[in-house]
Amino acid sequence: MSTQASRAAARLMLSPAVILLLMWMIVPLAMTLWFSTLRYRLLQPGAHPFVGLRNYVFFVTDPAFSTAIVNTLILVGGVLVITVVLGILLALLLDQPMWGQGVVRLLVIAPFFVMPTVSALVWKNMFMSPTSGLFAELSKAVGLVPFDFFGQAPLASVIAIVAWQWLPFATLILLTALQSLDREQLEAAEMDGAPPLKRFWFIILPHLARGVTVVILIQTIFLLSVFAEIRVTTNGGPGVASTNLPFLVYARSLLQFDVGAGAAGGVVAIILANIVAIFLMRAVGKNLDA
Amino acid sequence: MGMIELSKVTKRFGYVEVVPPLDLTIEDGEFCVFVGPSGCGKSTLLRLIAGLEDVSGGRIVIDGADATAAPPAKRRLAMVFQSYALYPHMTVRKNIAFPLRMAGMPPEEQARRVDAAAKVLNLTPYLDRRPGQLSGGQRQRVAIGRAIVREPEAFLFDEPLSNLDAALRVGMRLEISELHERLRTTMVYVTHDQVEAMTMADKIVVLNAGRIEQVGSPLDLYKAPKNVFVAGFIGSPKMNLVSGEGARRFGAETIGIRPEHVRVSTTEGTWTGTVGVAEHLGSDTFLHVHGTGLAETVTVRVGGEIDLRHGSRVHLTPDPDKIHRFDANGLRLP
Amino acid sequence: MARAVTNRRKLVFTLVAWTLALLIFFPILWTVLTSFKSEADAIASPPKFLFFDWTLENYTTVQERSDYARHFWNSVVISLGSTFLGLLIATPAAWSMAFVPGKRTRDLLMWMLSTKMMPAVGVLVPIYLICRDLGLLDSRTALVVILTLINLPIIVWMLYSYFKEIPGEILEAARMDGASLRSEILYVLAPMAVPGIASTLLLNIILAWNEAFWTLALTAAKAAPLTAFIASYSSPEGLFYAKLSAASTMAIAPILVMGWFSQKQLVRGLTFGAVK
Repeated sequence: MSTQASRAAARLMLSPAVILLLMWMIVPLAMTLWFSTLRYRLLQPGAHPFVGLRNYVFFVTDPAFSTAIVNTLILVGGVLVITVVLGILLALLLDQPMWGQGVVRLLVIAPFFVMPTVSALVWKNMFMSPTSGLFAELSKAVGLVPFDFFGQAPLASVIAIVAWQWLPFATLILLTALQSLDREQLEAAEMDGAPPLKRFWFIILPHLARGVTVVILIQTIFLLSVFAEIRVTTNGGPGVASTNLPFLVYARSLLQFDVGAGAAGGVVAIILANIVAIFLMRAVGKNLDA
Repeated sequence: MGMIELSKVTKRFGYVEVVPPLDLTIEDGEFCVFVGPSGCGKSTLLRLIAGLEDVSGGRIVIDGADATAAPPAKRRLAMVFQSYALYPHMTVRKNIAFPLRMAGMPPEEQARRVDAAAKVLNLTPYLDRRPGQLSGGQRQRVAIGRAIVREPEAFLFDEPLSNLDAALRVGMRLEISELHERLRTTMVYVTHDQVEAMTMADKIVVLNAGRIEQVGSPLDLYKAPKNVFVAGFIGSPKMNLVSGEGARRFGAETIGIRPEHVRVSTTEGTWTGTVGVAEHLGSDTFLHVHGTGLAETVTVRVGGEIDLRHGSRVHLTPDPDKIHRFDANGLRLP
Repeated sequence: MARAVTNRRKLVFTLVAWTLALLIFFPILWTVLTSFKSEADAIASPPKFLFFDWTLENYTTVQERSDYARHFWNSVVISLGSTFLGLLIATPAAWSMAFVPGKRTRDLLMWMLSTKMMPAVGVLVPIYLICRDLGLLDSRTALVVILTLINLPIIVWMLYSYFKEIPGEILEAARMDGASLRSEILYVLAPMAVPGIASTLLLNIILAWNEAFWTLALTAAKAAPLTAFIASYSSPEGLFYAKLSAASTMAIAPILVMGWFSQKQLVRGLTFGAVK
C-alpha cells in the first residue's frame, strides 16, 4: 500500500534487527549442535574427539533426564493451571464494585515485579523453612509438626513460588480482558433468562478465551526456562527431585564441566520447546492478529 | 494552473488489476466528483493522483508537468482525509501551520495565513485547542484549513463527510461548495453518496470496478445515463428498472423510469397495483407499489398531501418522453 | 444502565478482595518489615509483627559488608544499557513493519517471537565458551549484549503494536503536507510514538532488571547484578533473615515503584496489544 521509495527505506531499517536475531539464532545453535557431538570436558585440556551421538545416548539414558522432562512438564502445567484458574476467580472478584479498588490492584500485581532470586529466597527461608519459617510457626501454634516443604515436596514448593510470581500477571490480563466485555451482552443474557452461573459459562468464559490464550502463551515461554527459583531453593534436589531440563543442562555443563553432554541436553531442550511452540503458535496465530 | 490529466493510468496490486487503463481530464477550477459503490477503485484513483500510491502504468500530468514519479509533497496538492488525519499532539494552530512550516515559510507569514484560514472557517476561538477537544465538524474544518493555507493547485477530498452525522453533513456540504465558489481551485472529491455527487459537482465521474462508466455534469447523468449501472446509481429514490415482457413492449431489453416521472391515478392508467408502504415526507410522498407485474416494487413520487395508504389500489402511467431504454448489454438506446 | 449497588454487597466484596490482596502481598510486606528488625527479632518465636525495635542497622551492614552499591550499579547499567540498545535497534524495525507492511511482515514478526521460544539453556554452552574466549565472563558488556538480544523480539513486538495504532492516514497527511522522511519522523511520528516507546522502555527495564538465568550463569562477583548478589545469600552460613530482607527490599523497591507506575501499560505491553 505504499510507494517504492518508502519500501526500500523500510527494508534498510528492518535489517539490523533481523540480522542480529538471525545471528543470535544460528551461531550458538550451530555451535551447540557441533559441541554435542564432541567429547569435550572443560577441565581436560587437549583435543575434543568426535563421538557421534554418544553424548545424546549418555544424556537421554541418564535416569535424571526422564525425571527432568517430567518435572519440566509438571512445573509448566501446574503453574499454568493454578494461575489461570485462580486468575479468573481473582479477576472476577476485582471486577466487582468495592472501595479502594486501585490499591487492591497495586497489591495484587506487586509479586510480578519481585526478582526471582528474591522471591525464591524469601519464600524458602522466611516462610517455608521448617525451623524458623512463618508456616512452621503457624503449625507449631496449632500444635502440628512443621512441614519440611523442600525436603518432602520440593517440586510442589517450587511450583507454589513460581505460581505466586505469575498469578498477578494472569489476573491482570484476565481482568483487563473482562473489563472489555460489553456490559449490554450480559444484560441481554439476563433478559434472556440466564442465571449468573450460566452467564459466566456462556458469555464471560468465551469472552476470556483470547486472554487465557495469551496468558498461556507468554507464561509458557517463561516457565519452560524456570531456573533461578530452583537454583536458589533446592539446587535441583533432593537428588534430582526438583531438577527441570534447564537446571539439568546447567548442572551438566557448568557444574560438572561436561560441555558435550550439556550441549546435547541443550539440543533436547530446544526440541521440546519447539514441540510446545508449534502448538502454541498455531493457537495464538489465530488470536493475535498481526 | 490546476489541470489534472490522467492517461492510460493503471494500478495493479499483485496480479489484481484494480484500475484498468484509464483516461481522464479534470479541468482547471473544476469541482470533479468520483462516485461509485465501495470497492470501485475511486479512493485508489485519488491516491494515485495524490502520489500516495505508485501507478503501475500510464502518466499523470498536473498543471502541464509530468508528475507520474513525483513524491506527494512535490505535486502541490492538498488532501483532506476521511479520518481527518489531524496530528493529535499539535494544537489546531500548529496543525494548520504544519504544511507551511514544512515549506520553510517565515513564522509571521505562517501566522498571517493561519489566522486568515481560521477566520474563513470559523475556527478562531479554537486555535489553541487540540483535535481531541473538538467536535467532528470542527475537526473537519481544521483538516480543510490545513489544506487551504498552502494555496495548492488542487484539493483532494477522500470521503470527507462520511464520519459526520446527517445534519452536519448537509452543512459541511454547503461549506465546501461555498469554498469552491470562492477559491475557484480545482477540487477532486471522492464519495459513495450520489446525493453529494449531484449537489456539489461540476463534473461527475461514475466508477465501477475500476472502470469509468460515465463522465458528465449532474444533469447529463440524470437525463441521459449511458447504461443501466449509471441509471440505477444516480438519482434518489432509485430509478425503477424493468426487464422482460414489460420492457420489450418499448423495444428494449431493459427500461428505466424515474419515480418522479410516473403519474398516479385512482381511476385509470397503464399499469395497476396496490400500495405497499407509503412514506410521507411532507413535501413528497413515496409510494412503493406491488403487483404491477413489472418488477417486485415500483417506486413512485407523488405530491406530499395525497392520502393513499397501505392496500390502496392505484393506476400508474409513465411519462413516455422520460422512459430510458437499454439494450441487452445494458447500453442506452437512442 | 448500571443499577444501584447496595452498600452491603459492596462491603462484602471489599472485605474479601482486601483480604486476598493482602495475603498475596504479604510476603513482600513481611520482607520489608523484617528488614527493620534485629536478627534476634527476625527469628523470634512467636513472630513479631509490628512491635519490635525498629532499626536501620541491616541496611548499613549490607552496604558495608558486601558492597551493595556496586551490585546495584551493575543492575542499573545492565538493564538500562540493554534496554536502550534494544530500543535503538528495534524502533526502526518496528516502524517499518507497522507503516510499510509487506507480504512477509506477519511471518517475520512470528519468527521473531519464535526466537524467544528457544530456551536459554539450549545455547548456554556456546555462549559461555564465547564469553570465556573473549574474556567477557563476569563482565557487564556480555550481559548487556545478551539481554539486548533476548529481549529484542519483545521490544520489537511491543513497539510494533503501539505503532500499529498510529493511523497511517496521518503519516500520509504529513507526506502530502510536504514533510520529508526526516521531518515526518521528527514532528509527527515521534511525538505520537513517545508514550508507546516510554512504556516499552519501562517494561523492558523491569524484565532486564529481574532476568535471572544469564545473570546467574555468566557472572561471579565483579559484574554480578542484584539477582546474582541476592542468590549468594542462599548459602546457609551467610543467612541472616534481617539482612537478607534489607538486601531484598533494596533490590525490589525501585522496580516495584516503576512497575506500579507503568501498570496501566503493563497488560497491553506484555501481551503485545492483544489484550487491552
